Amino acid sequence: MLIFENVCFSYPGGSPVLEEVTFAVRNAEKVGLIGANGAGKSTLLKCVPGLLTASGKITVSGIEVCREKLADVRRKVGYVLQDPDNQMFMPKVIDDMIFGPVNYGLSREEAEAQADKVLEDLGISRLRDRYNHRISGGEKRMAAIATVLAMEPDVMLMDEPSSSLDPKNRRALINTIKKLDKTMLIASHDLDMILDTCSRVVLLDGGKVIADGECGDILHDRELLEAHCLELPLSLL
Amino acid sequence: MDNAERALLDLRAMDELASMDSPYHRLSPLSKLVMTIVYILITTSFHKYDLTGLLFMVIFPLLGYQFAMIPVSTCFSKLRGVLPLVAAVGLLNPLFDRVPVFRIGRITVTSGMVSMITLMLKGVFCLMASFLLMATTQIDDLCRALRRIHCPRVITSLILLTFRYTSVLLDEVSDMTQAYSLRAPGQKGIHISAWGTFLGQLLLRTMDRADALYEAMMLRGFSGEFHYAAGKRSSRYSWAVTLAVCIAAVTARYINIPAFLTSLFI
Ligand SMILES: Nc1ncnc2c1ncn2[C@@H]1O[C@H](COP(=O)(O)OP(=O)(O)OP(=O)(O)O)[C@@H](O)[C@H]1O
Ligand SMILES: [Mg+2]
Repeated sequence: MLIFENVCFSYPGGSPVLEEVTFAVRNAEKVGLIGANGAGKSTLLKCVPGLLTASGKITVSGIEVCREKLADVRRKVGYVLQDPDNQMFMPKVIDDMIFGPVNYGLSREEAEAQADKVLEDLGISRLRDRYNHRISGGEKRMAAIATVLAMEPDVMLMDEPSSSLDPKNRRALINTIKKLDKTMLIASHDLDMILDTCSRVVLLDGGKVIADGECGDILHDRELLEAHCLELPLSLL
Repeated sequence: MDNAERALLDLRAMDELASMDSPYHRLSPLSKLVMTIVYILITTSFHKYDLTGLLFMVIFPLLGYQFAMIPVSTCFSKLRGVLPLVAAVGLLNPLFDRVPVFRIGRITVTSGMVSMITLMLKGVFCLMASFLLMATTQIDDLCRALRRIHCPRVITSLILLTFRYTSVLLDEVSDMTQAYSLRAPGQKGIHISAWGTFLGQLLLRTMDRADALYEAMMLRGFSGEFHYAAGKRSSRYSWAVTLAVCIAAVTARYINIPAFLTSLFI
């Protein structure tokens, strides 16, 4: 369960980026977060694990996000960053994948077994022992997603998970998301992927929630989408 | 390839060297660290005229490189920038210290020359040993080893983050110079008028990247402890090797082995 109540945020010295954002993602529900460039999607996601401090109230699995509870919150949240370069900091993909689980108390063997399973699910076992600086942009994106999945978080936040993926990897990602029984909030411009994986959609514009409803309803609404710089998903054209 | 990119590859190459496998890599990080420190302490403690005694100390790094299956030349080619500096340390000694010691043909060897060579060799040997440690031990393992001997968390985190920060910095330099040269064809390097903005941007960008990386670590439970380096199996003989090396090094310090060996035969 992930709840936003009246979340407001502005960067220092800037105008408000989030205004009174209120909505909830129920347990095991997958919600798509859509909106034009600069709408505030990444900013909203960053507030959840406390990378940015917003006013209002955010609750993750019953824990309110605040300074004292950050460690508990972060333990429950998996966050795929928009830029995979920032996500990977160890020499090899496998080192990165076990980093989180081992920090949370698994033994190295357990963590490696868990990591291998994730790699297999995503169909990227061949990346296991590759060096992070020697894999392609898309491969790095897949590896970054794998590092987060390997932590088995309760709540997953994904920022543009499908960007720079080839069709096969994109399909593998969609299938993995579908299979996972987790609370997920996915920010993306890939509306077809959202249509494929999410049951609900929240549309942001200028930091405000413009629409919140069934995936089918919102993504079929050409007028609404075009009014906020978006287009119908290709599969619906 | 510009300089930054080359430096970056060098840094990454250290990571790659360190994640290879060899008998030396398998020694426990702490034992390697202790061994290296003891070696450096003993090597630097040799008397400045004890050139023959010091020569024997080269055996240790040479054997180390053998067991690590890394050619010694790797060390010299990577450290070619630093070596002249180290070697330059003793250059003035022959000027001040002109007591003649012996003659080779018509050349009089003074004690200053001997002490110069001793100093240079000390520097080179210590570099070889430190490089061997870095090339066979991953930075995380090293930090974890330091934590185990109760080195404060601030220091180990600092070492780790400096290492990561350096690679981020070089990353950004190479990205930015590439972007610059693509739009300023025919220009060599960066025009002096752009240096100010270039450096300012570089600082901001690296700070952002370094922040983001640190955040990524925090998000995955990093608290300054190095759990994830745990559980790599290291050789059972680690400490035995360290002990043997220390004893041998101490012996070599107090018994001039080359002289001792010659005295056996003459
Ligand atoms: N570090 C920052 N400092 C100041 N303003 C920022 C910062 N990061 C983002 N902004 C501003 O906040 C607004 C929202 O940015 P955000 O990154 O959340 O957008 P987004 O919806 O994720 O866009 P995109 O689809 O392009 O990723 C933008 O107007 C942006 O200019
Ligand atoms: Mg974004």
